[in-house]
Amino acid sequence: MNQATYRAAAREPADDMRQSEIELNGTAAVCACEGVLYLPGSQLLAVSDLHLEKGAAFARRGLLLPPYDTAATLSRLNAAITRFQPKVVLSLGDSFHDRTGSAHLPDLYRTALQALQRGRDWIWIEGNHDPDPPVGLDGECCREFNVETLVFRHEPLPRATTSEATMAAGTAGAGTAGEVAGHLHPVARVVRRGKGVRRACFATDGKRMLMPAFGATTGGLLLEHPAIRPLFDPARLVAHLIGGQRIYSIPARRLAG
Amino acid sequence: MRLPEPFAGWFAARGWRPRPHQLGLVQSAAVERRSMLLIAPTGAGKTLAGFLPALTELAPTGRRNRPEPGAAATGVHTLYISPLKALAVDIERNLAQPVAEMDLPVRIETRTGDTPQHKRQRQRSAPPEILLTTPEQVSLLLANPHAERMFSDLRYVIFDELHSLVTSKRGHLLALALARLRRLAPDLVTIGLSATVAAPEDLRRWLVAQPREGTAMAGLIEIAGGAKPDISLLEASERIPWSGHSARYAIPGIYAAIKAHRTALIFVNTRSQAERLFQDLWRINDDNLPIALHHGSLDAGQRRRVEAAMARNELRAVVATSTLDLGIDWGDIDLVIHVGAPKGASRLAQRIGRANHRMDEPSKAILVPSNRFEVLECRAAIEASRVGAQDTPPPLSGSLDVLAQHVLGMACAAPFAASDLYAEVISADPYADLDEATFERIIAFVATGGYALRSYERYARIRQRPDGLWRVANPQVAQQYRLNLGTIIEAPMLNVRLASRKTGNAGPRVGRGGPVLGQVEEYFLEQLTAGDTFLFAGKILRFEGIRENECLVSNAYNEDPKVPSYAGGKFPLSTYLADRVRSMLADPDSWQALPDQVHEWLDLQKGASMLPRRDELLIETFPEGKRHFLVAYPFEGRLAHQTLGMLLTRRLERAGARPLGFVATEYSLAVWAIADIGAMIGSGRLDLVDLFDEDMLGDDLDAWLADSWMLKRTFRNCAVISGLIERRHPGKEKTGRQVTVSADLIYDVLRSHEPDHILLQATRSDAATGLLDIRRLGDMLKRIKGHLVHRPLSRVSPLAIPVMLEIGREIVSGEAQDAILAEAADELLATALGDQQTGPDEP
Repeated sequence: MNQATYRAAAREPADDMRQSEIELNGTAAVCACEGVLYLPGSQLLAVSDLHLEKGAAFARRGLLLPPYDTAATLSRLNAAITRFQPKVVLSLGDSFHDRTGSAHLPDLYRTALQALQRGRDWIWIEGNHDPDPPVGLDGECCREFNVETLVFRHEPLPRATTSEATMAAGTAGAGTAGEVAGHLHPVARVVRRGKGVRRACFATDGKRMLMPAFGATTGGLLLEHPAIRPLFDPARLVAHLIGGQRIYSIPARRLAG
Repeated sequence: MRLPEPFAGWFAARGWRPRPHQLGLVQSAAVERRSMLLIAPTGAGKTLAGFLPALTELAPTGRRNRPEPGAAATGVHTLYISPLKALAVDIERNLAQPVAEMDLPVRIETRTGDTPQHKRQRQRSAPPEILLTTPEQVSLLLANPHAERMFSDLRYVIFDELHSLVTSKRGHLLALALARLRRLAPDLVTIGLSATVAAPEDLRRWLVAQPREGTAMAGLIEIAGGAKPDISLLEASERIPWSGHSARYAIPGIYAAIKAHRTALIFVNTRSQAERLFQDLWRINDDNLPIALHHGSLDAGQRRRVEAAMARNELRAVVATSTLDLGIDWGDIDLVIHVGAPKGASRLAQRIGRANHRMDEPSKAILVPSNRFEVLECRAAIEASRVGAQDTPPPLSGSLDVLAQHVLGMACAAPFAASDLYAEVISADPYADLDEATFERIIAFVATGGYALRSYERYARIRQRPDGLWRVANPQVAQQYRLNLGTIIEAPMLNVRLASRKTGNAGPRVGRGGPVLGQVEEYFLEQLTAGDTFLFAGKILRFEGIRENECLVSNAYNEDPKVPSYAGGKFPLSTYLADRVRSMLADPDSWQALPDQVHEWLDLQKGASMLPRRDELLIETFPEGKRHFLVAYPFEGRLAHQTLGMLLTRRLERAGARPLGFVATEYSLAVWAIADIGAMIGSGRLDLVDLFDEDMLGDDLDAWLADSWMLKRTFRNCAVISGLIERRHPGKEKTGRQVTVSADLIYDVLRSHEPDHILLQATRSDAATGLLDIRRLGDMLKRIKGHLVHRPLSRVSPLAIPVMLEIGREIVSGEAQDAILAEAADELLATALGDQQTGPDEP
């Protein structure tokens, strides 16, 4: 606890700190501190790795985690939707923690989710945890979804070689330019004065993006992890870390101080 | 009384006479069938005494009622339980000799985590007369459907080193196991073996079943200590530092002491102190004395080699943490050097006593304080030793997470009725006060998580049969129980592997395939970036990176490792020693016994400020730099001070003093602020009595606790012990995709949705006595009521210097994390990076 800390705890964030406005493969996008990506041009709000019913999935295996993760996740999703009022909501895969999650969703949560869906389009992208369409819920299901210059898919493709990238330039949907993916739950670690802080983050090099996991009880993988590192141009990689009430944007090469 | 044959003959043949306590124990335990506590110093033949009642009973016929071929085997006759498996193995060796020499028809076997499967199976089908084992193994055996057959003939249970078991959750689990053993074998007699403790009654109650009303106690045989140890302070001509824990000033003195003795055992409080001291000693080891290093994180093979060399008397010194511990034979040690704060009088006495296994010769020990306050603490410990004072901590009431684990284990053994199990549980001393409603909640927790939102009925782990008995829902539950068993939760560790550094075309690369040096906590590695250097396994290592769950390092040759890993000792200064230190400060006559420089320091303090009386709390205020400081000297340990610091900061904020931060040490704490705290107190705008009022332990504490990392860490342990989340097993750590559960996130969700959940209650009560030390803080606030003395000063006082030097060294806490992020993000604004296409688009 030092000088900076005590003040920081008391400070209200300015509105413009709650989000980072960026350009992603030519499309204007907002990384918001709620953990969602918003595209103002298409009024689309994307959220990744909700992992709904994770507690119940563990309970089925005999680990009785609190059954409140779904409630917590939905209430945060509600807050994000209330702020941005999107026309389209896109859930970028692993919306449910396991295959049976949507079928066993308690009515309480089903009703809450249906209320969020009302009056807007809803897109479920297939994930590895939930390859089948959700049971008893509206919305379009697909493997990939194209919008503006971006393509949303759950698992990121391996990074294209330079020649492939040149060929694919400008054509969203081919190669990895414009890809927005989830799956890997990116987390960045900032080290200053020998002290480290970990936070979930949006990871992007301007061409493609990994979205943070939104679920209330989902862990994460560091950007340096071999599954994440090769996906990006290291010189242009920026982590937009999700702080308490603001976004902290830090280039990857400066994370370690 | 006399010992029966062949024991009397065996003693006589060696020219020995049975000691009175050995005879007494046979009389009470074997003849009168009374449970007994034996308190004796090391070297008094305590262990043999413990086994004599059982051996005399077994001697005439060997196995009682030796079964006919084909008949069911008889169960275990005597169970010996030790906190360390090494000790069980050691006892097997020591006991085998007299048993062989007297030709007793007794089979003695050990059972530990290392016992092979076929041997375990045989132990179940044909149990040995005497089984030597650890607490966890007992719980495992009791959770087995065959438990009744194995233990229904049990006559004796011997608990070795009982004093070290009862103060932990491990002791709670063992107490519950003992309650079950008593149900299976109602006539069993317990024998507790213990070092000297402050309150023997606690152990005597622990050993026997507690009735619903009143208390019951085991009998007591206490042997007065042997020769008093000869303890002195290290004479050092170098300057003793104000603060820190390196004791580097004393290295030449320690080296000289090693040279002057045959074999020295050097105890330190933490692993990183051990590493640093070992490094420093070798730097000046011109005589190439064989000095070794031993601590719990080192590779097991390495540890065994050191222990073996020690037993062969090949070493001149071993630098060790408390892992090299508890009554194991180490050869001829003639000196114990204790570096750093002793923390408690009993703790020190036990460490010193361990070195000398001959009861009648005095042990010799040298204390090496690493800073000036520790000089006072060491001096207090020496005086406590002279008067034989004991300050072992009192046992805590039984933890609920341990109870949950036990309940599941009992369901694995056989279906149970809740009321029967409740009666059994409250017969265990730590759980004597448990009310039935709480017990019911634990059953509900074990069954379905015990959540108000009852959505897990269909996933229940234990279910009630139509006849009301609880049974496990399926065999996987029993499997999960076995994997999760135990109360010792290690921080997640990674192997440290030495790799070579190769320079190639593509710059330096890290090779593979070097030896594993040991294990290090994952959270420590989190702070490192490639190229950082740190001390481990007696080497300065360069951190290269993490690969497939291993930490790769290479040899580094710089003199000073960049990253210190000292995180403070685990144990706070005992209340007894704290009181002695306070009375020493208050009594200038006693300063004569202190080194000159410390004596002079206290004289300076007396002139510049004051020294409080024993019952007073001194509070100094002074400006320094652009800040105003408040320094208090409660001497209650770092944990309690940290809690106090946090609460004071909240209150000062409300009072308009604009506090900025605080830092706590074992002895004192400092808060700094923008406003002139001293002037505020002087003018009456700030009331010291209100500031230090006990009511801070109410709302302020609750508000702060909610987000405290200490509570989260405590929760994690409770969650693992209670079986809410899985224990991490070596080799099964997360791979690739992260799907493990994070205890922190579960805590957040549970707290916001069901703050009164039984596991959160368990967490709060653990934290109150553990990481937050609220109980001690509460006692202190009561004690100082009406005894506050304020000294407004114009500059820092001599007594305040140590705590002032700690500022900036503290570990980052939860609240400080956002500040670090803000700092990193704001650097960007300052440097106005224009080349980042995807950089922040901020005004």
